[in-house]
Amino acid sequence: MKDLMRSPVVKMMVARLLIGLGTIAVISFVIYGVIELLPGDIAREVLKSQATDESVRAFNERLGLDRPFLERYFEWLGNALHGDLGRSLISDVPVSELLAQRVKNSAFLAVLAAVLAVPLALLLGILSATFRNSVFDRATGITTLACVSLPEFALGYLMILFLAVKTGLFPSLSVIDPGAPLLERIWQTVLPALTLTLIVQAHMSRMTRSSLVALFQRPYIEMAELKGLRRRKVVWRHALPNAMGPIAVVITLNMAYLLTGIVVIEAVFAYPGLGQLMVDAVARRDIPLVQAASLIFATFYVSLNTLADVIGIVTNPRLLYARK
Amino acid sequence: MSDIMSDMTQTSTPLVVFEDVRIEAGQASDPKVLAQGISFSLERGKVLGLIGESGAGKSTIGLAALGYLRGGCRVAGGRILLSGQDIVPDLGRKGVLDLRSTRIAYVAQSAAASFNPAYRLIDQCVEMALDRRLMSRAEAEERAHAYFKRFRIADPVEFGRRFPHQVSGGQLQRAMLAMAMLCQPEVIVFDEPTTALDVTTQIEVLATIRDALAEEGLAGIYISHDLALISQIADDIVVLRHGKIVEQGPTGQIVNAPEADYTRNLLDQTPLARQPDRTTRDAPRVDIRDAQGSYGQLKVLKGVDLRIGQAQSVALVGESGSGKSTLARALMGLFPLTSGRIELDGQQIGSLSSRKASVLQKLQLIHQYPDTALNPRQSIRKILTIPLRRFTRLRGAALEARLRELLRQVELPETLIDRYPPALSGGQKQRVCIARALAAEPEILVCDEVTASLDKLTADEITRLLGRLQTEQGLSTLLITHDFSLVRALADEVIVMRRGEVVEAGPMAEVTERPQHPYTRRLIASIPTFEPGWLDAQRVAEA
Repeated sequence: MKDLMRSPVVKMMVARLLIGLGTIAVISFVIYGVIELLPGDIAREVLKSQATDESVRAFNERLGLDRPFLERYFEWLGNALHGDLGRSLISDVPVSELLAQRVKNSAFLAVLAAVLAVPLALLLGILSATFRNSVFDRATGITTLACVSLPEFALGYLMILFLAVKTGLFPSLSVIDPGAPLLERIWQTVLPALTLTLIVQAHMSRMTRSSLVALFQRPYIEMAELKGLRRRKVVWRHALPNAMGPIAVVITLNMAYLLTGIVVIEAVFAYPGLGQLMVDAVARRDIPLVQAASLIFATFYVSLNTLADVIGIVTNPRLLYARK
Repeated sequence: MSDIMSDMTQTSTPLVVFEDVRIEAGQASDPKVLAQGISFSLERGKVLGLIGESGAGKSTIGLAALGYLRGGCRVAGGRILLSGQDIVPDLGRKGVLDLRSTRIAYVAQSAAASFNPAYRLIDQCVEMALDRRLMSRAEAEERAHAYFKRFRIADPVEFGRRFPHQVSGGQLQRAMLAMAMLCQPEVIVFDEPTTALDVTTQIEVLATIRDALAEEGLAGIYISHDLALISQIADDIVVLRHGKIVEQGPTGQIVNAPEADYTRNLLDQTPLARQPDRTTRDAPRVDIRDAQGSYGQLKVLKGVDLRIGQAQSVALVGESGSGKSTLARALMGLFPLTSGRIELDGQQIGSLSSRKASVLQKLQLIHQYPDTALNPRQSIRKILTIPLRRFTRLRGAALEARLRELLRQVELPETLIDRYPPALSGGQKQRVCIARALAAEPEILVCDEVTASLDKLTADEITRLLGRLQTEQGLSTLLITHDFSLVRALADEVIVMRRGEVVEAGPMAEVTERPQHPYTRRLIASIPTFEPGWLDAQRVAEA
């Protein structure tokens, strides 16, 4: 155990985890602080026509908005750590209750998109690298880059136009019934998932291709060919394992990026996920809900980035097996 | 030619035959010829040496024997035969693959780069035996361990479990030899297998290769830029220059009765002309005292002193791991010492970022590998302009004139100014590196193994150039090297380092002619000579 703690790999991983936790703490402060800086008065915004001086004061007192900022921040953070994210200003329902089903829906969409995007990107990247500068390579390059160059919502509407309106293959709006069978849910979710897939796979497949192309220049790849190994085995056995570290990092970073894409895509497809809930909450000035949703997004985003760092460390044999 | 060929076929088929082979690169309409008129044959159990400077086409020819051509190259004429079987052009890509490892194998120059960092050594050694289903994993591993043992590796099983970065260069080279021999090929191509090693390690690896080939009756094609080294292992030698054969014949004939001028130059042992000694009683320009430093737990400098006087040249010699390059890096401000002082003209100088521009200007470094020290995307003009703009006030026409003067100083044609490094030869690149250092108008030049990656003739030219610059410009120099002909030609003082300590120091003539420390004697004795039996003598001396 003592030896394990001394190992540079463990030290680096612990350092990354601590940095990740620190980042989330800073983000929570920013989330809370920025909303404080928003123009306009929350009480007047929520109470609208019923906003008299008296009702506004009562509103602020009830929510504790008259207390100092730092005091309120730490109370909020402390409660959040216990799972209490406050109550919605609009519906007075506990935020966690509002979030529960939405988080599940979003997670379903994200996982479906990832399951489609990651294998597709890897396959395209490997094939492009193996047959580089071929017609296939160029066509893949142009298509993937075109997808990533379009704004996310535009890509979403194009998908609706061609795959829903014109051909009627998939529903254009996602009506999600949590009780529906899995296949039905997948069918309802395919269009937004496909859109997300197109958005994130460009970067992943390009990085897979360029990592592999760079690796093909290494002397040990030439050595594998000089040993008489077939091309396919050279790629799968000698090139890919060494490219896995950087590729895994890019995949994880893109999964984090996928989370941010979800906010826009859910709005386009009216998908009842966390992103849409957050957009609505912002419009209604439902501050506790916005804060909670932001915090959840940030936590996932930071966790995935931390995971990318950790993968980068553990896939490096030079770090894993120190010199003797 | 065809008569000779048919005669040979009657007695015994030669293992490898090249018949008027021509190798080209680039567009078919405007080809760049890498090798032409290459004809030789290699008999079973013999070793053929291919010698030439970088760019002579020797690696291209060696790889062609395996039916392998690097990107964009092609065999444009002639035939290559393996045991009478036409491999180029008749055999396709897949057919050639099947011959590799089992009939003909390859040992690369840089073992460190040629082993896959993701796999243990044993897995890479047995890979082809298993891929071709020649034997079971247990049998293959047993064979590999037996080779490791024969190649004097202490714990073969444990060694096999290691990853490439966990073992030394000399051990890796032996592992690669085991990998090449595992499927019992008839011939092995060795591409500069000892160039990346220290002179003392080189002897051990060279002897291992020679013994292994002899014991199994294998043939070898041995590629090197060092004629002395090749004469210790080869039965026949082919001398190459600019992709053509200059001369070929039995080793004894090439070494004792060379016909071509080029070969005679390679054999020339006359010491390079020496500049008069510069011993100075003035205060030292560079004064390093009790330098100590470490990489993590490993102490690499254990209290080293070094002084360089005005216009004086100090050589720092030792094997890799001796700390000589680390000391140079410390002087350049690239390596922080844990204790000790570095003074320039009596003033302490710290890390690179804390140094004033005037200090940076006075100290300039020339790297070991010109290939990696020059940005391939910058023209020679750009490379030289950067230090001129940084350290001098020259602009416009004056700057242009200085650029051309710098090229003249390093004996490069002015027409090269708008070329890019990849278009230059190794020697030319090193001259650009020297010109870049001179552009800053330095007073102290640190040369890190500047001749190590060059062949003898180019190395001699660079040595002469450095000698001339030293005298003309009154430069103080620190030469980090294991090349004793460079030391004899340029150095006033020699410091011998081993494992972070100075084992011997003194005037050049004394250290090289009457070395006191056994380590210094071993370093000098490890330089290959043309004497037959030198390799065995060294082997005995070491045991």
